[in-house]
Amino acid sequence: MAQSETLNFHFDVDGNDFTSAGEASVKVKKLMRQLGFSPELTRRVSIAMYEGEINMVIHANGGTADVYVDEDRLRVVLADEGPGIADVETAMQEGYSTAPDNIRALGFGAGMGLPNMKNYSDEMKIDSVVGKGTTIELIFKVS
Amino acid sequence: MISVNELAARLALKPFNLDDGDREVTGGYAGDLLSWVMGRATSGDAWVTIMSNINVIAVAQLTDVACVILAEGVEPGDDLVSAAKTRGVNLFSSEEAAFDLCGKIYALIAPNGGAEAAEAAEEAAAYADSDR
Repeated sequence: MAQSETLNFHFDVDGNDFTSAGEASVKVKKLMRQLGFSPELTRRVSIAMYEGEINMVIHANGGTADVYVDEDRLRVVLADEGPGIADVETAMQEGYSTAPDNIRALGFGAGMGLPNMKNYSDEMKIDSVVGKGTTIELIFKVS
Repeated sequence: MISVNELAARLALKPFNLDDGDREVTGGYAGDLLSWVMGRATSGDAWVTIMSNINVIAVAQLTDVACVILAEGVEPGDDLVSAAKTRGVNLFSSEEAAFDLCGKIYALIAPNGGAEAAEAAEEAAAYADSDR
């Protein structure tokens, strides 16, 4: 292949609808299956993306998710205009969460979202400004 | 190896959606914190939980578990059942406590026909008998 084109899939994550959170991730899972990616990589990408979706619904009133598919890597960019993360290092710790009680009652807010995203991706970059929003970039290598 | 159908029959699970009864159950996972489940459950697991909100179906689908078993008499609401049907997730409930359910699932799918579990039980019994 002389030239390969980057495929881009864009999703809007609705901040008001907690029950539909995950729709984008499930779509990405199906797309990746159709594109022939391994079940393991598909699982990692879709779970990491779901955690991102959930975070944007819980903390930021929604946002956008973009998936860029190249030959040798997948890139997931999650962007929101929420409150931002004041202390990224603390937020990355397993078990640390600022989710409210009603969210915890649903089984979320265990403080495992960001750690899962880090564990399941090959590279994770967090760009967050308090009062402006957060952008998280996840990179997955295609072996 | 045991199928979802066989597991459901042996544990007398109440089916709410059965899409792929021939699916092999290769392991199990118990937990209610969804991110925890997403971090640890593996494809082919029987997932035992008491969490029954709609996000359970998305988590089941993303982790690719073989089935979801709602324990302790928790019954799914209509929204959960309809999401399970739409997304093809095997969904059951059971009156049994999660602990008991997991013990039985383990016995059914344990490697070496449960030899390892039997050995652990023997060791525990020997320890209890010893003077310590």
